Amino acid sequence: MTYAKTFRRLRKNKEKALVPFIVIGDPDYRTSLKIIKTVVESGADILELGFPFSDPIADGPTIQAADVRSLKSKIDTDKCFNFIKEVRKITDIPIGLLVYYNLIYQRGTKKFFYDCKLAGVTSVLAADVPVEESEEITQSARKHKIDTVFLVSPLTDNRRLKLITKKCRGFIYIVSRLGVTGAKEDLKESTLKLIKRVKKHTHLPLCVGFGISRPEHIQSVCKAGADGAIVGSAIVKIIEQNINNKKLMINKIKTYVESLKQATK
Amino acid sequence: MKDKGRFGRYGGIYVPETLMPAVEELEKAFNRYKNNKKFKKELDHLLKEYVGRPTPLTFCTSLSKKLGCKIYLKREDLAHTGAHKINNALGQALLAKYIGKTRIIAETGAGQHGVATATAAAKLGMECEIYMGTIDIERQKLNVFRMQLLGAKVNPVNTGGKTLKDAINDALRDWTANVQTTHYLLGSVLGPHPYPEMVAHFQSIIGKETREQILKIENRLPTAIVACVGGGSNAIGIFREFLKDKEVNLIGVEAGGLGIKTGKHAARFADEKLGRLGILHGTMTYILQDKFGQIYNTHSISAGLDYSAIGPEHSNLRDLKRAQYEFATDKETMEAVQLLSQEEGIIPALESAHAIAHTIKLSKKMKKEDIVVINLSGRGDKDMTTIAKELKFK
Repeated sequence: MTYAKTFRRLRKNKEKALVPFIVIGDPDYRTSLKIIKTVVESGADILELGFPFSDPIADGPTIQAADVRSLKSKIDTDKCFNFIKEVRKITDIPIGLLVYYNLIYQRGTKKFFYDCKLAGVTSVLAADVPVEESEEITQSARKHKIDTVFLVSPLTDNRRLKLITKKCRGFIYIVSRLGVTGAKEDLKESTLKLIKRVKKHTHLPLCVGFGISRPEHIQSVCKAGADGAIVGSAIVKIIEQNINNKKLMINKIKTYVESLKQATK
Repeated sequence: MKDKGRFGRYGGIYVPETLMPAVEELEKAFNRYKNNKKFKKELDHLLKEYVGRPTPLTFCTSLSKKLGCKIYLKREDLAHTGAHKINNALGQALLAKYIGKTRIIAETGAGQHGVATATAAAKLGMECEIYMGTIDIERQKLNVFRMQLLGAKVNPVNTGGKTLKDAINDALRDWTANVQTTHYLLGSVLGPHPYPEMVAHFQSIIGKETREQILKIENRLPTAIVACVGGGSNAIGIFREFLKDKEVNLIGVEAGGLGIKTGKHAARFADEKLGRLGILHGTMTYILQDKFGQIYNTHSISAGLDYSAIGPEHSNLRDLKRAQYEFATDKETMEAVQLLSQEEGIIPALESAHAIAHTIKLSKKMKKEDIVVINLSGRGDKDMTTIAKELKFK
């Protein structure tokens, strides 16, 4: 399913998108697949999946630990694409990838996006590629009809915002605060201002991420005009804290994701 | 802007959007002040009266006789804090002050850059935090104490290989969260543009002095210049002034660790299987990595060379065949440390000893009148624990 269709459906139902983020293979391939299944059944509208990387500079300690667990269980780029093919058997909701550029580059940018198409990926966000360096990526992506998602932060000025909205497809990823990914208690006023500012530049849906961990956060960003909320570190933390009891882990993720989905309605 | 900060095909700006405004601000500041009269005057004064520049170019009487050619050492070990790192640390700290930043953060491997940054921050009255891998903290304990005494907070980094690469990850994260108040004082010719250019600019004083000094003493340019290469700032610092002098051989020496075949090294160029073009910490360059692009944890006896990527300008100089790159193993390095200490009474840093180790090999091809300048980028006091252990001192 495309992003456009998904957001149309949500608007019709007067809902916003819940976008859970999971690192592929955290803590291992099988469990990770079970987690995805749980997340989808609990109300995810879009999936954001990360390829594990040894040096994830845009992520905080929680996601980095997930990357380490995944890499330890011998996950590599080939296995990530296989994984997505298996996810595709259980759901047709959009799948966005969050990938560090070196993983794309080592596979060959053209081959990477061809593999995305084969696996059923909807969009790719290259975490460490700013819009100025993105030509090679956007070209290959367009060729295979993969959307390219870009980040916008509170410090992105209007000049950069114009460049970004031009290259962005699918949705815009709004970074809710300065810093790296990680669950935080409060959500700043600046996020709400940023959403309003970006709205003036684009008709693309806006999804807010970085530091969203509670149903109240989701309600407040949706009220401010966001079309969806991305929740990563908070889910990954449940994985980390219940690493020795997978049954409990799955149950907790189910309850948590359901409560988040409720907040988008 | 696609070609911004490129050295041939290498370099560029590969950072998350959250860092772009900071990188752009820094580039503007650097362009504005690098040739500004007041800034230059202030920095020159600091380098002369505080760092003790120019550093001497010392002729090695005994070593020259032994190796059969004329050996000179550019004595960056005599710069304040004991290494070339202070040149860049003061330059960037002063720049940060000019643009109104109050806090400085840095990564460090050997601890020399951390000490230099803590020193610059103390001198210029700025807050300072240093990120350092826990393995490096262990092997460079003395430098940790120095940083603490200088008033810096040392943040241990316990992720990944727990060395320089991981310290850079955490420093970048700190910068992302605190860009408005904080300058990230990167210590080598690495990272996103403008860092490789800016660090080279502040380190190029090494080569400028060397040229003047060697012309004064010998009335001719050297046959070869040898420098160790981790990220490669001391090497670029001495190479740049001689790039146009094609007759001067420029030689960078990587850390060969336990040997290239063992895979336990930090030789990005020497190992064709693991060392390939890629993207790490904001720049496109040669990087030690697996076939999928996961970055390798390197090994070297010297913390300062223990890093997976080489500065992008070095990758370009190698393509252009303007510089050549060799390596020295841990074992060869230990022999070089002893040789220089006993022949010349100078204890080199383990990093710089790689350059000496290669010069021993190089000297076999040199004639008596040939001149080799080694950039002695730092002194070895910080390495005494490692050296004592290696040589089984009791």
